[in-house]
Amino acid sequence: MTEVAQISISTRGLNLWYGDFQALKDVSVNIPRGKITSLIGPSGCGKTTLLRCFNRINERYGNVTTTGEITILGKNIYDEDVSLAELRKTVGMVFQRPNPLPISIYENIVFGQRVHSRRGTITRAAADAMVQSALEEVQLWKDVKDRLKKKATFLTLEQQQKLCIARLLPLKPRVILMDEPCSALDAEGTEAIETLIEGLREKYTILIVTHNMAQARRASEECIYMLLGEIIEHGPTTEIFLSPKNKQTEMYIEGRYG
Amino acid sequence: MATAEVVETGVTVERDTGSFRLGEWLIVALIHVCGISAILFVLAIFAFVFGEAAPLFWGDYGFSFAEFATSTHWSPAHPTSPHYGIVALFVGTLAVSVLSMALAVPLGLGAAVYVSEFCEGKRKETLKIVIELLAAIPSVVWGFIGVMVMSPIIIHGLGASIGTNILNGGVILALMSVPVIVSVGEDALKAVPDSFREAGLALGASRWEIVYRVLFPAAKNGLLAAVLLGVGRAIGETMAVLMATGHAVQIPTSVLDPVQTLTATIAAEMGEAEQHGTQFRVLFLIGVVLFAVAFVVNLTADIIVKGIRGKQND
Ligand SMILES: Nc1ncnc2c1ncn2[C@@H]1O[C@H](COP(=O)(O)OP(=O)(O)OP(=O)(O)O)[C@@H](O)[C@H]1O
Ligand SMILES: [Mg+2]
Repeated sequence: MTEVAQISISTRGLNLWYGDFQALKDVSVNIPRGKITSLIGPSGCGKTTLLRCFNRINERYGNVTTTGEITILGKNIYDEDVSLAELRKTVGMVFQRPNPLPISIYENIVFGQRVHSRRGTITRAAADAMVQSALEEVQLWKDVKDRLKKKATFLTLEQQQKLCIARLLPLKPRVILMDEPCSALDAEGTEAIETLIEGLREKYTILIVTHNMAQARRASEECIYMLLGEIIEHGPTTEIFLSPKNKQTEMYIEGRYG
Repeated sequence: MATAEVVETGVTVERDTGSFRLGEWLIVALIHVCGISAILFVLAIFAFVFGEAAPLFWGDYGFSFAEFATSTHWSPAHPTSPHYGIVALFVGTLAVSVLSMALAVPLGLGAAVYVSEFCEGKRKETLKIVIELLAAIPSVVWGFIGVMVMSPIIIHGLGASIGTNILNGGVILALMSVPVIVSVGEDALKAVPDSFREAGLALGASRWEIVYRVLFPAAKNGLLAAVLLGVGRAIGETMAVLMATGHAVQIPTSVLDPVQTLTATIAAEMGEAEQHGTQFRVLFLIGVVLFAVAFVVNLTADIIVKGIRGKQND
């Protein structure tokens, strides 16, 4: 019981093919609940692919085949009775390039709730409150409170990425997947988003892909190193960075390749 | 020997750039002429059409613009008291266009969404080719279909006394406008970045919710332009409506009433009208009206499309 309760995402023998190309090979991993886990590895090793398995958004490409098992919060997400909408409500995703929808800031935040509740059941007051608290949580409220009706695509990239995190929050997700959330941002923006992620720790299970070793080290409690579709090493971040067990991990971390 | 060669190549190269420059200049000039001639043609056509109509206003034609603009009475060939009221014709055009758009807009946008969002690979390619083929069918063939296929269906199916009427013309025009709406609409949807779709999907939206919550707002200008181009096609179309709407100058009371449109009137009566006579000039005035309507529709479409580009540049 306690063992299971501590685990948020767990995969067993997960394989994934794009057509004939195998992008994930026998991935078995347990991702702890309420912690920040970073996913590192050289370009093309399958980090994004693995992340996109967890909300099943990989399936939108016709040529994807998956085998194996993924359990999130004790539920196999490939079970017949799993609704994609519910899964994606529980498992939120932040993308590499900020992608706010081309509608108002306000509507971006309410979007998730609109999708998940019946038409006309969200009152104006509830929506207003939802928008304010979500924006406050990402420290964006002060900046945008006077232009909530403006199109979100006119914000700066940093603000856009904050908004993309904020719009997940009204859905009360349990897991947040982040695919290199800072790679489109400058140093300042990166710092702001890192602070924000730090603030979300414990409330959510966060899985973050990054190419930035310093970021992985600063921000995450556990770290997974991937290479060519396989998980090479997984452990507490400090251990991975101080005394990696695997030669390849060590070389990657020292920056020999990647 | 070596020096001579160098000199020679030098000269050749120089001559080459020279002729290249001349050729380039010629091409640029030609392109300019083409571009300007398009404007000249439009102006010339307008001047011609307007010039033929204008004498009505100052010549001795017994023509009253007030009657033209307000009367439903169109009997230009009457030997003693001809009437030139445009209203019934205008209403005819309006009725057929509105009906055709009521059919073509949902069908066209639906098809555009289907082609762009819900099908892939071979089926998508096939559909696009078929839609382009549909756009290439000459309008006189559509007229035939109206007379030979639609008309009997309307008579037997709906019990109408005349099979060529607003319904017939509206359906035929709708089928003619749909390909325009589909191809322009599909382009507009295709231009929406995929990251928007993924954002919607990741928030739990279904594909259909993505269409109306994400794609419609994102592509609304392009979709509006698609609809307006369809409208333009419907208003300007002549041959098919001439054949399918049944020539009866009247204010219709039901979709099963035959009408006569502005375009069909010009096409049908120009041949019989006396050169430079009153009827002749009034037909040209109708041409001016059509010109104005088409201009407004196209300009609106244009401004909207520009709007999209402007926004994309921001
Ligand atoms: N839609 C797709 N179709 C075919 N192959 C794909 C597709 N997406 C990814 N791949 C391939 O799968 C492999 C893993 O890609 P993935 O995007 O998961 O890598 P990544 O670790 O996220 O890389 P990066 O660090 O560059 O983002 C790569 O070799 C890539 O070429
Ligand atoms: Mg990636």
